[in-house]
Amino acid sequence: MSVNDQVTDLDRGVEGIGDNYEAKYGFHNPEDYMTKLPKGLDHGVVEAISQKKQEPEWMNTERHKALDIFMAKPMPTWGNQDLLGQIDFDNIHYYIRPKGEQARNWDDVPEDIKNTFDRLGIPEAERKFLAGVTAQYESEVVYHSIREDLEKLGVIFMDMDSGLREHPEIVKKYFGTVIPTRDNKFSALNTACWSGGSFIYIPPHTKVDIPLQAYFRINAENMGQFERTLIIADQGSSVHYIEGCTAPTYSSDSLHSAVVELIAMKDAHIRYTTIQNWSTNVFNLVTKRAHAHEGAVVEWVDGNLGSKLTMKYPSIVLKGERAHGEVLSIAFAGNGQHQDAGAKMIHAAPNTTSRIVSKSISKDGGRSTYRGMVQIARNAGGCKTNVECDALLIGDAARSDTYPTMDIAREDVQVEHEARVSKVGEEQLFYLQSRGLSEDQARLMIVNGFIEPFVKELPMEYAVELNRLIELEMEGSVG
Amino acid sequence: MNAKTPVFSCRDVHVFIGDKEIVKGVDLDVLPGEKHALMGPNGSGKSTLAAALMGHPSYRVEGRISLRGIRVDALAPHERARLGMFLGFQYPVAVPGVTVASYLRAVLTARRGHDIPVREFRKEMDAAFVELDVKKEFVTRYLNDGFSGGEKKRLEILQMLMLQPDFALLDETDSGLDIDALKVVSEGINKAHREDSGLLMVTHYQRILDYVKPDVVHVFMDGRIVRSGGFELAGELESRGYDWLLPETVTAAEGISS
Repeated sequence: MSVNDQVTDLDRGVEGIGDNYEAKYGFHNPEDYMTKLPKGLDHGVVEAISQKKQEPEWMNTERHKALDIFMAKPMPTWGNQDLLGQIDFDNIHYYIRPKGEQARNWDDVPEDIKNTFDRLGIPEAERKFLAGVTAQYESEVVYHSIREDLEKLGVIFMDMDSGLREHPEIVKKYFGTVIPTRDNKFSALNTACWSGGSFIYIPPHTKVDIPLQAYFRINAENMGQFERTLIIADQGSSVHYIEGCTAPTYSSDSLHSAVVELIAMKDAHIRYTTIQNWSTNVFNLVTKRAHAHEGAVVEWVDGNLGSKLTMKYPSIVLKGERAHGEVLSIAFAGNGQHQDAGAKMIHAAPNTTSRIVSKSISKDGGRSTYRGMVQIARNAGGCKTNVECDALLIGDAARSDTYPTMDIAREDVQVEHEARVSKVGEEQLFYLQSRGLSEDQARLMIVNGFIEPFVKELPMEYAVELNRLIELEMEGSVG
Repeated sequence: MNAKTPVFSCRDVHVFIGDKEIVKGVDLDVLPGEKHALMGPNGSGKSTLAAALMGHPSYRVEGRISLRGIRVDALAPHERARLGMFLGFQYPVAVPGVTVASYLRAVLTARRGHDIPVREFRKEMDAAFVELDVKKEFVTRYLNDGFSGGEKKRLEILQMLMLQPDFALLDETDSGLDIDALKVVSEGINKAHREDSGLLMVTHYQRILDYVKPDVVHVFMDGRIVRSGGFELAGELESRGYDWLLPETVTAAEGISS
């Protein structure tokens, strides 16, 4: 459902000016933890994490191997070198366990943590329109629920640690098969110190028609959050998973580095929606990849609003015939932010199709980059791919760059690529102003229109929330 | 306010783009109920004048502009609009992603200064759509995005009808319209015009004036009104063109400079 349908009330948006991230999301609780490992990362820290989780030997070994790979791999030599150079791996806490046990009832969650999620609207959203929720606070999932009827159908939705304990055979079979540890420096980092994240298994032909949601919250200063998510949709099943994330505003940096692996079996359908709204002191360096088998559909709906630097390129390997992949993303880069995002499609089987729609808004000194790759393998005849990149610039200091790569090994395929950069124009503003909208209202309307193709893919409640977030971000724009 | 107070007036209005003077002193009074036409050759500055009167940020304007006796020349465009001014664009601008319905609701709310219940709004919008013979599907289309010239113009007048301005400036509303669309649009303008409102149509051709009959016709050349008269002046321009008025302009200018 589109936000246009309920008619955006622009005047309310203007009243919202003066609200800010600080008040809504940037707050933090006093630190009261069961475990807080000292800053820095070495084999001792990795061993401590593994010990606390009492995990099987193979995972322990995997973690230590991963740490060696992380240490050995250089930092990326591409992307924003200035910002990447600011990451101080020695100034991060790699594991923090909040007090209390994981609860299945909000009343059993420690008071201050419960209040945090109340302020973020999670229990309310759960009551209204979710089939299951996990809430992660620092390194651990503190709350988890799933609708009983789904559980009876054999749907598994729990945190990754519980997944490893309760379903070791599934986890061992698939863990790291989509994103190998040595894929990149940050996938190795995640594998070494992962904690929390979601484990989802949907049995054959089971349709979960109401979204499952995970919410990730960082509370401590200099926190490193490394959740690990694995979603397996068995043959002919479908699931929509949504994740949200926020953090307090601190003057020093935190690091969020997730690994998300999706496996869509024959004719399965996975939609993975992210609304990332980290505070602007968070480095968000995430690896997300999916395998789509024969006739499967995988969609990444990826919204990046927050963080200091995001580097994230959701990927889909179209492994089976007729598989379809979509990446639909928006990025919003305000002053001091760099959203380096994109998509990767690998057509590894014949007659596979894909679509990438990337929209970015750079405001004031903000910077957005689209980095995308489409590969069509030699054996993959009859493929179709369509890539659309749209960048909107607000203010003279905003910047946008596009790096599309096409690697096409054969000729009988259909490849379309379109890229546009536009500025919020004086004529557009004047037109709307001449009808009674203030300059702020006019600019907001133009931006809302620009992201509409993205917003209309979100469930109604998220669409409304996203529009509010954009209003916040638009606050105090210079023209 | 008595009946003789102009609904719109300007005094000694000059418009500059950078250092270049485009409009060189315009005085104009539009009384309640009056329709005026501002005619002139291409490049005479009449569209610039219309945009400047609405407060276009690219122009520097000197002189006094009043709406119902209230000075508006220091106000932002949206403040003028909320007070009751309207500018119908020659080239309406597209806003992709924003539906016609949500746009109309936003501008109507801005103009009236209060929320309009959805049901009431729908009723008003539907009536305006019928009036301007615009297909219902347009409510969900994105504003002016991929519209034909004629569709854009219909939507401009539809907005005029809904916003009920006290004074409307219409810039080349007839351009790009076929005869059927011209009739519909003209009927819309006549309907939107009230006994207590004023209208100034900026146009190059006489065509639209056969359907929206002006009380006063001004001839605008080289940044000035060089002659004003009744409806018959439009006919004279149609048959004789503008050139016959040119020597007067030259003489007048020489008169001032000597």
